[in-house]
Amino acid sequence: MDALAEFFRVYQTTIGVIGINALLALSIWITLYAGQLTLGNAAFMAIGAYGAALLGMRAGVPLPLGLALGALLSAALALPLGLAVFRLRGVYLAIATIGFGEVVRVVLLTLPFTGKALGLNGIPPITELWHIYLSLAVVAYMLWRIQGSTVGRALAAIREDEMAAASQGIRVRRYKLAAFVAGAAIAAWAGGLSAHLNFSIEPGDFGFTRAVQILVFAVVGGTPSVAGPIFGATLLTALPEILRPLKEYRDIFAGLILMGVIIYLPRGLVTLAELRKTRRLQEIGAADVA
Amino acid sequence: MLLECDRISKRFGGVHAVAEVDLAIAAGQVFGLIGPNGAGKTTLVNLISGHLRVDGGAIRFDGADVTRLAPHELTARGIARTFQGVRLFKGLSVLENVLVGRHVRMRSDALRRLWPRGVPDRLDRERAAQLLERLGLTRPHALAGGLAYGDQRRLEIARALASEPRLLILDEPAAGMNPAESARLRDLMRALVAEDLTIVLIEHDVRLVMDTCERVAVLNFGRKIAEGTPAEIQASATVREAYLGAEDVA
Repeated sequence: MDALAEFFRVYQTTIGVIGINALLALSIWITLYAGQLTLGNAAFMAIGAYGAALLGMRAGVPLPLGLALGALLSAALALPLGLAVFRLRGVYLAIATIGFGEVVRVVLLTLPFTGKALGLNGIPPITELWHIYLSLAVVAYMLWRIQGSTVGRALAAIREDEMAAASQGIRVRRYKLAAFVAGAAIAAWAGGLSAHLNFSIEPGDFGFTRAVQILVFAVVGGTPSVAGPIFGATLLTALPEILRPLKEYRDIFAGLILMGVIIYLPRGLVTLAELRKTRRLQEIGAADVA
Repeated sequence: MLLECDRISKRFGGVHAVAEVDLAIAAGQVFGLIGPNGAGKTTLVNLISGHLRVDGGAIRFDGADVTRLAPHELTARGIARTFQGVRLFKGLSVLENVLVGRHVRMRSDALRRLWPRGVPDRLDRERAAQLLERLGLTRPHALAGGLAYGDQRRLEIARALASEPRLLILDEPAAGMNPAESARLRDLMRALVAEDLTIVLIEHDVRLVMDTCERVAVLNFGRKIAEGTPAEIQASATVREAYLGAEDVA
């Protein structure tokens, strides 16, 4: 019991960051599930982080309200942005959302009340681990249930074949937009939690590197199910800690592991579970699973 | 008339893919649409189902002007279609494909599902299972992409029927089917028409067209060159010329 308490004390920050990264991975999972590659979630995270931090520091707004307002602001910005960028597909869509991320970063560097390049310091660290994990549980449960609903099926149909989806009566643009806005709100919520987990935030925390990191969490974990992004975020956030004994070589090993996963499990780590199931079914002669 | 096309046209660059085509299709029949490759049949279907916008002319469905409606609006009004070459949701199961086909007939259950004990779509799943049975599809949980080609074609028809259409457009449904499957398709079409569905059939299998269609229209180079009963079409010199070239006409 003491050992467990000690573990939590030492790794408290890492455990918190894992939960936040899992939320971020889920925020991009929604659009990936609909087959849309957007890279704006770091910017939405920034909006939530600055929103919650400023509201808390300057206006004394309590944390839950600050998180909700940050998520709302983020969703309100995602709506017109989505209307504009979902004319695009594939790489062009990705680039357009990267552009939005850069705009947000520059705006944060220039606004009079966001602390310019220094960012915000002295943010009250009031995020508790249970805030993070309750949020994660609620978001994961909602997404898991929605996945099996008419909405989840519509998103999957859009991913599989947009023209055929429209032909089944699915309003393709509207569903894409809804997925994008929901993802923006979740990313902002995670951003608010992370701002109050640390003492400080700066625009550089939410740049292109972060955008790609969020994508990698989701893809390495696997996008077929809600469990994938959570799994991916957990493993990749914990990896530097696990590889700590390798000292200066640990980034090299982390990179190699990443490459190995993408090459051998292109649909993500969660497919490991499927592989085992398939193998077992083959053993008992049920070759029908394909 | 259930479906009326009034001088509809579509150009791609300088090519008249569809040129001033008139169609009037009465309810409760199989209407054949034939023509050589590149005659504009699929373009015509894409215009009727809203995937392409007409450059000129008007389309009426059940008396209402639907010329500018999007595909999802037309599906809601009762036009369903299959695609030449099959466009299934390959990564979804057979059952899920049919459930997506029911999209316009289902209320969104995303919010109700947040309550852990809700099974809001039980009736829809039963309907979907019935359709699969009717089409002879026996593996509801297999991935659609893993089915044999003939099964994929039948699944696409099941998915289209799931939206409870009044007009079903089948774009070369018998391609890739063996004679037995093709005969079953013929029986299915007859049974559906008896239930008051109207079918537009695009098909190269002349036998199937002659066996099922009440009327047939022939397209060539985007224009309608003939329309009539199957017997009239078979006897038409114009049609034979279009398919075989002028010098082959005896």
